[in-house]
Amino acid sequence: MSTLETTRATGAVSAAERPAPRGIPMTRIASTELRKMFDTRSGFWLMAGIAIAAVLATGAVVLFASDANLTYNSFAAAVGVPMTVILPIVAILSVTGEWSQRSGLTTFTIVPNRGRVIAAKAAVSVAVGVVSILLAAGIGAVGNLVGTAIAGVDPVWNLSVADVAEIVLANVLGLLVGFMLGVLIRGSAGAIVGYFVYSFVLPTLAALLAASQHWFRVLQPWVDFNFAQGALYNGSMKAQDWAHLAVTGAGWLVIPTALGVWLVMRSEVK
Amino acid sequence: MIDIESLTKSYRGFTAVDDITFRARPGRVTGFLGPNGAGKSTTMRILVGLTPPTSGTATIGGRRFSSLPNPGREVGVLLDASAQHAGRTGREILTIAQRFMGLPRRRVDEMLDLVSLTPEEASRRVRNYSLGMRQRLGIATALIGEPQVLILDEPANGLDPAGIRWMRDLLRDYADQGGTVLLSSHLLHEIEVVADDIVVIGNGRIVAQGAKAELLQAAGSFVRSPRRDLLEMALERAGIATSPAGPDGLRAEAEAHQVGTVAFAAGAPVTELRPADGAGLEEMFLELTSDTQRDTPIQTTGDNRPQGAVA
Repeated sequence: MSTLETTRATGAVSAAERPAPRGIPMTRIASTELRKMFDTRSGFWLMAGIAIAAVLATGAVVLFASDANLTYNSFAAAVGVPMTVILPIVAILSVTGEWSQRSGLTTFTIVPNRGRVIAAKAAVSVAVGVVSILLAAGIGAVGNLVGTAIAGVDPVWNLSVADVAEIVLANVLGLLVGFMLGVLIRGSAGAIVGYFVYSFVLPTLAALLAASQHWFRVLQPWVDFNFAQGALYNGSMKAQDWAHLAVTGAGWLVIPTALGVWLVMRSEVK
Repeated sequence: MIDIESLTKSYRGFTAVDDITFRARPGRVTGFLGPNGAGKSTTMRILVGLTPPTSGTATIGGRRFSSLPNPGREVGVLLDASAQHAGRTGREILTIAQRFMGLPRRRVDEMLDLVSLTPEEASRRVRNYSLGMRQRLGIATALIGEPQVLILDEPANGLDPAGIRWMRDLLRDYADQGGTVLLSSHLLHEIEVVADDIVVIGNGRIVAQGAKAELLQAAGSFVRSPRRDLLEMALERAGIATSPAGPDGLRAEAEAHQVGTVAFAAGAPVTELRPADGAGLEEMFLELTSDTQRDTPIQTTGDNRPQGAVA
C-alpha cells in the first residue's frame, strides 16, 4: 500500500482541524451491546434456544396433556420453565464475556465509563427478557389454539393480564439475579454454577430447614428470596407478599448488585 | 501528546511501576523498551484507564483518557491482540468498534483493506486466527476511529518479517503525518529501527530516555582483552571511565583511538576494539534483562572454556 493510500485510510492527522468528537450516546452503547448478545454462535443459539424451547414445551403439552388440562395456564407454565433457566444465562454471559473472553480490554477502552456499559447491558438484558417472555407467551397461545382445535374442545384463556405481568416480573427478577452474579463473579462458569446453586440448591435447603425448624418457617418469607417470589408465579400477590419480595430482594439482589457494580468500576481489566 | 508524570503502581508488596515520568511527542515514534515484566503493559493500561494508578498522572493531550468524550476517535489502542471474543468474526469485531464510535460503515472495509485481511479471512471467527492475523485486526481496531495518538503494546509479536516491515512503515507514515505513537517492545532491534525517541524501563523504573540518536551516540567504545584488569587500571589512570561488559570486555567512554593508545602504552593485548555504536544501549539492555532472567546464561571465556561451572 502506498503512502498516499495509507494516509487516506488512517486519516491520521489532518484531523488537527477536525472538531472535537462528541460523546457516545447511551442509545448507541445499548444498541451495540444488543448486537453483541447475538453476534457469536453461542449467543445466537442461546437466543434461538428461547424460541425452540417454547415450541418444544408447547408441543409437549399438546401431545401429553389431558383435554381438561388444555388451558392457557398449562401452556404458560410449560413455556415458562425453560425461560427461568435460559434468561439468567443470557444476562450472565452478556457481562462475564467481557472478562472470560477478555473482550473488556477493548470495550472499556472504547467506552471508558464502565458504569454506562454495565447499565446498557442491564437494560438490554431486561428488554431481551421481556420480549422473550412475550414471544414464549405468544407461542403458548398458538399452542393453546392448535391443541384445543385438535382435541375438539373450546380453548380456555384462564390467565389474566395481571397474571402475565407477574410472571414477566418473576422472570425479570431471575434474569437480574443472573446479572448480579455476573458482575459479582465476572467469570462465565462460576456465575452459571452460582446461579444454579442460588435458584435450585438454596430453595431445596431452605425447604428442608423450614420443614424441620419452626422458627425458620416463620422467618422464611422475610429472608428467602425464592420463597418470596413463589406467589408471583401463582398470581396471588397481596400487600404482604410484595413486602416480603421487597425485603428479600434488597438483601439477595439489590445489595449484591451494588457491590458487584462497585467491584466492576474499580477492578483492573486485564 | 502523551504525558506520564511521577506514575507509580504498587501491588501488595511489589511495585510494578515506580515513579516514572516521560513524554511521547506528536510527529515522533516513542519506543517503550524493557524486558518482560518491567512495567510496560501496566503503564499502558494505566494510561488508558484500565488500571487505577497508585499515584501520579497519565494524560493524553492534557486530559485523562477516561474523560475523553469518544476516546476511540482520538486515541487508538492495542493492548493485547488475543483479548477478543473468540466466537466473533474479524469483521464483526471491527463493526462493533465502528458502531460504538459512531463511524460510517465503510470504515470497516477500509480498515480490512489497510491491514490486508481478505473478505474470506474477515468472515472467519477469531478463534481460527493466527497471532499475526489477530495483530492486524488489532491494528485495524486501533486505527478505525482516525485517532491522532496510537498506543500499541508489543504490536510486532506474531507478525512475520514482511508483517513487521509493513507495521514499521505504517507507524513511520503515521508519525510523519504528525501522529503520536507510543509502542512497546522487549526487543531492542524492533524499537531501534522505528523509534525516534526511546524510553528504557527495567524493574518499574526508567533507566534511560532520550532521542535515539543521542542514546546511541553516548556509547563510547568497546574493547576486549585477555588482560582486562591491566587495561582497566591503565584506562582509569588515563582518566577514562570504564565498565565491564561481558567476560573479558570493557566499555570505555572514549574514542577507539584513545583506548588503543592507552592499551598499547600499558602493554595490554587487545583482541577487539571498536566504536560501541548502539552497543551502549544494548549492553545496558542486556544487563537489565539478565537481572530479571530466571536462569543465568553460562559464562564463557574468550577461548570458550566454561567458567564458573562446578569443578
